[in-house]
Amino acid sequence: MADEVVLLDLYVSMYGMRVRLALAEKGVKYEYKEEDLRTKSQLLLQMNPVHKKIPVLIHNGKPICESLIIVQYIDEVWKDKAPLLPSDPYQRAQARFWADFIDKKLYDAGKKICTTKGEEQEAGKKEFIEILKVLEGELGDKPYFMGERFGFLDIALITFYSWFHAYETLGNFSIEAECPKLISWAKRCMQKESVSKSLADPKKVYEFLVVMYGL
Amino acid sequence: MADEVVLLDYWLSPFGMRLRIALALKGIKYEHKEEDLTNKSPLLLESNPVHKKIPVLIHNGKPVCESVVALQYIDEVWNDTAPLLPSDPYLRSQARFWVDFVDKKINGYVKALWTAKGEELEAVKKDLLDCIKLLEGELGDKPFFGVETIGLVDVALLPYASWFSVYEKFGNLSLEAACPKFTAWLKRCFQMESVSESLPAAEKLYDYVVQMKKKLGTE
Repeated sequence: MADEVVLLDLYVSMYGMRVRLALAEKGVKYEYKEEDLRTKSQLLLQMNPVHKKIPVLIHNGKPICESLIIVQYIDEVWKDKAPLLPSDPYQRAQARFWADFIDKKLYDAGKKICTTKGEEQEAGKKEFIEILKVLEGELGDKPYFMGERFGFLDIALITFYSWFHAYETLGNFSIEAECPKLISWAKRCMQKESVSKSLADPKKVYEFLVVMYGL
Repeated sequence: MADEVVLLDYWLSPFGMRLRIALALKGIKYEHKEEDLTNKSPLLLESNPVHKKIPVLIHNGKPVCESVVALQYIDEVWNDTAPLLPSDPYLRSQARFWVDFVDKKINGYVKALWTAKGEELEAVKKDLLDCIKLLEGELGDKPFFGVETIGLVDVALLPYASWFSVYEKFGNLSLEAACPKFTAWLKRCFQMESVSESLPAAEKLYDYVVQMKKKLGTE
């Protein structure tokens, strides 16, 4: 019996993109449903009653919520192709640690850049760049975060790359100037079809933010 | 060669308590190092340079930080006994989801319980009870959140639960009346030595709270 996979998502969401990316890496066919966050569908409210947020993966009728949890689920179910997490427990712990770091820090710093001005925005920019520099340090000279192969931690971070144009425009700064190694890594990732297909168009992200924040 | 396991910890930390419980459940021998959080050790700063926080699990010299990451690491390395996660991917995703829920919601409300006053405190108590009721729904008629035995969600939640019993003593949060299933689960878990020996004694927590409330003027 064929798998039925549905993704409740928002085109510009970097969290949703993570799931799209994981599904693309694994070659999983799925039905994409775009949500309007101002009028959430009955299906979304039913499938994620606790947080009422996207993304939600619905696999044969059963919902999985929270992007990194979904990515790990995808990795465990479709385990015969493109492993996303390393097999060594210590390396897995490192990947999870850094993904948690990204989730704790990056979105809020980026939001500051988009929604504030003056000194507060400068502080947001500084914080944002500091976070990226720490991640650059973790990347080192490796092609991808966990080594030779694109995986879980790359997925966790690369989707934010589609928001960089918006951050740079609204913050009037260049991320590449500050973090050239990281941008180099991002461009390397973008050469993968699964990545370029799954990431939102940066211009559309910018337009979305302008509308959302009334800029 | 024997495993060398060190835990950098702080007696009061619910995150540290999680790891103590997991290590006890798995019967793992380890060296417990209590940190003075006002004067962090060079080992802590070296092992967790990013967050500089406890707990840190150091296994054969290699540090693992963030309690939920460390719990999964412990489960994957010492995988021959007391599994914390089931083998089914869907059930694993659900366990991870509820642990994330505990981290996102319960942690914040518990902190606020000690510092909020008046109307704000009533709002916090209501939000906390709502969260516990949601968890009760997830528990259902099972003895534990884990499939047949104590699992990741139980371990993640228990440290906070030991705090609730202290708060009940103050007479301000009637958990047993509002959430009988949760209270029953708590008592059931405390019957396990791995749990009761890993958590601070209720009296010690109680004394700590009395002192803290005096300091904050929220008696």
